[in-house]
Amino acid sequence: MSPQTLFRRITDYAHRADPYPLYAELRANGVVRQEDGSYLVGTYDEVAALLHDPRLSSDRRNRTEPDQRPLPVRDDLPPSFIGLDDPEHDRLRRLTMRSFGPPHSPGTVDALHTGITAIADELAGALHGRDRIDIVDDFAYPLPVTVICRLLGVPAGDVPRVRAWTTAIIAALDFAPEQDPEPLQEAALAAQREMAGYLGSLAEGRRGGPSGDMLSALVNDDGPEGTLTGPELMSTAVLLLIAGHETTVNLIANGALTLLRHPDLLVRLREAPELVPQAVEELLRYEPPVQFLPQRTPLTDIEVAGVTVPRGAPLVLVLASANRDPLRFPDPDRFDPMREHNQHLGFGGGAHSCFGAPLARIETQIALNALLPRLEGFRLAEDPPPYRRSPVLRGPRRLPVVRG
Amino acid sequence: MAADPLGGRIAVVGASLAGLRAAEALREKGFAGELTLIGDEPHAPYDRPPLSKQVLLGRARAHEVTLPRVREVDARWRLGVRAEGVDPIGKRVLLADGGRVPYDRLLIATGTRARPWPVPGQAALDGVLTLRTSDDAAALVERLDAGPRRVLVIGAGFTGSEIASACRERGLAVTVAERGPAPLVGALGGVLGAFAGTVQRSHGVDLRCGVTVTALTGRGGRLTGAEFSDGTRIGAEVAVVCLGALRNTEWLAASGLAAGPRGVACDAGCRAFDMYGIVTDDVFVAGDVARFPHPLFEYQMLSLEHWGNAVAQAGVAAHNMVSPGPARRPHLTVPAFWSAQFGLNIKSVGVPTFSDRIVIAQGSPEEGRLVAVYGYRGRITAAVSVNRAKSLEHYLRLIESGAPFPPGPGAADGRGPRPSVPSDVPDPRLLSHGPTVALTGHLPDRGLTLLRQD
Repeated sequence: MSPQTLFRRITDYAHRADPYPLYAELRANGVVRQEDGSYLVGTYDEVAALLHDPRLSSDRRNRTEPDQRPLPVRDDLPPSFIGLDDPEHDRLRRLTMRSFGPPHSPGTVDALHTGITAIADELAGALHGRDRIDIVDDFAYPLPVTVICRLLGVPAGDVPRVRAWTTAIIAALDFAPEQDPEPLQEAALAAQREMAGYLGSLAEGRRGGPSGDMLSALVNDDGPEGTLTGPELMSTAVLLLIAGHETTVNLIANGALTLLRHPDLLVRLREAPELVPQAVEELLRYEPPVQFLPQRTPLTDIEVAGVTVPRGAPLVLVLASANRDPLRFPDPDRFDPMREHNQHLGFGGGAHSCFGAPLARIETQIALNALLPRLEGFRLAEDPPPYRRSPVLRGPRRLPVVRG
Repeated sequence: MAADPLGGRIAVVGASLAGLRAAEALREKGFAGELTLIGDEPHAPYDRPPLSKQVLLGRARAHEVTLPRVREVDARWRLGVRAEGVDPIGKRVLLADGGRVPYDRLLIATGTRARPWPVPGQAALDGVLTLRTSDDAAALVERLDAGPRRVLVIGAGFTGSEIASACRERGLAVTVAERGPAPLVGALGGVLGAFAGTVQRSHGVDLRCGVTVTALTGRGGRLTGAEFSDGTRIGAEVAVVCLGALRNTEWLAASGLAAGPRGVACDAGCRAFDMYGIVTDDVFVAGDVARFPHPLFEYQMLSLEHWGNAVAQAGVAAHNMVSPGPARRPHLTVPAFWSAQFGLNIKSVGVPTFSDRIVIAQGSPEEGRLVAVYGYRGRITAAVSVNRAKSLEHYLRLIESGAPFPPGPGAADGRGPRPSVPSDVPDPRLLSHGPTVALTGHLPDRGLTLLRQD
């Protein structure tokens, strides 16, 4: 088939369970202009270089070619920092980092360790005696959503609302060309407005009376660079809440799925938990929860592997393909938890490298350590399992396992 | 080389970063013979960068900045004993305690030491210090803890500037004296030098450029102050001499190797040259003491005082020590270093002093975040970021590929096209301190000539 249809085929739901042969085809064809005017890059060296290239914008407003699948335009809210360039991106990210990581809050993520372990153990404990488990609904979903809600300061009782909003917002990321995007985008826009308003009022209620969570810090923290404006705070809070769990759900579920497909390695990791951190890195390479970055745009004509990508054209960085590049990773299609020199691109890289990576790492490590002992005697009920729609945030919608 | 490259006897002189990493790499690559590490400091290998940063701020203790071990190293450690010479015929390292360490391959990784204050009587005053070793750092911390009324830092290179930064962070009054026109100018040129000067002054440093310290004064054997070439004087209870580094090559004077004040000359594979410019096959060099040719910089011999270079070069040297000719690798790593001072994270790739023009490609000095790109004769040779390191890899690729200078427009925070200006890299002789990156010409024997002039 023509390489110009690769993007269409990658986003086609029929290939969700195994997009990797398409990625191999992408790497073999270099940088190819797609029928919709976008450019796909899937080789490690090129993707790694582009992640650090200051000439790439993350702000979709810099697109000059017609954007076939625009994200919902939020007229009432500024873009969050994931969709902005420096210096704005940098300022917002730095202000947000003040309550999450070094240099101002070096202990935040470590301090969550005990709490996450307690949640994971409780969820895993509830699986005891069951003959059938849906790893997504029973474990992979509730863990990260509870953690991010606690970190931000969202009451536990509101988690169902968070889930409904998130589902609507993520659905609009689904690039299914056969579908009419408008209703999905309307719903996403509405959900985003509601979630923003909800988080904004939660934060506002803590102005002057911080309760030790990130929303409190964002609304009260007044560093030398000032503080977030109201709309900035809402955009940022929506981003943290969604990105703070959506991807981790998939990482945990993809991890469980991969290990159930490699029972010998599952046993090995269960018996040697000290190998789990390295195994999580391999999962981020082998089944990254963010498959590609769809919203980069060159600010000037740039050359990528001999191809000129024009200014303003959609440029898609396929992280999951770069992670399987045989020029970078020996035997790339083999899942090897002991892999060395594993500088995967599962968290992206450069200025936009994953903000929550330290949290995602420990959550997934703790999750697998709690879950693996419970999977003794279980096997996959369906392989492949049913996948969620999104080709970007890829993961199983359900992951049923049964005893026997 | 021994018949079996994985057997025989290897001696490593110098037990700091380069020596340790080389030893680890040798074992990693399967060297199964006798391995001896010789170091003149009594301490196990430790990490030096924190000594002028976290240690001075009390966040880490001077003797606890150990180097993480990559792997266990089965070796004989001869610590606290100085190597005094090499017998290249008998293939033995001569130790100060009379000991002899036979080898069939030798790695020289003796690094540098702090250049002392040139007037011995003044250098001996109580309160006059240098900073290179963990013992030095412990002594300096003790002085800073005592709350001196003023600290004098002589030389505004990276070490001096980092010390001044730590002093200010601790609320101590500090005077910095630099013979050149600005701090860091010797490494980064005029534009970032001026920026660093503004930063230092805004942090309350009494920065004096274009002056030299003509005398350190004392009473009763204790430092009381200093006199400057412009006729002024200050009182100070502590003076830290930051005049750059001296390469530890004197012990090789009779070895017949091309060893001199600029280091031990070696080829791209870390093999040492002898004084006639003939490459040896059993003596290797790595780290700060090495002087090696680099293709990106017209094959001039580079002398670097960089943590990353020590690691990379040690790896190449170790590989080549146990590999037959065709399997050997060149040391081609692009130089890189970092510094943390006055709240700034400064990172550099390439050789900024190998330049004639500079352009601010991203950000600006006004916002305290920028990327400066350096060019020489129309090619990009270096880039330095201040609080903006994420795109440095992009410029590294431009350096490696000899991309044209100035870089094209289009950077997300590039603020439109800006003109390049002269990079204003001063002659190193004008500086108080020695440069941490030096281009030292093409000839392996030049150092030997200079040594004789000394």
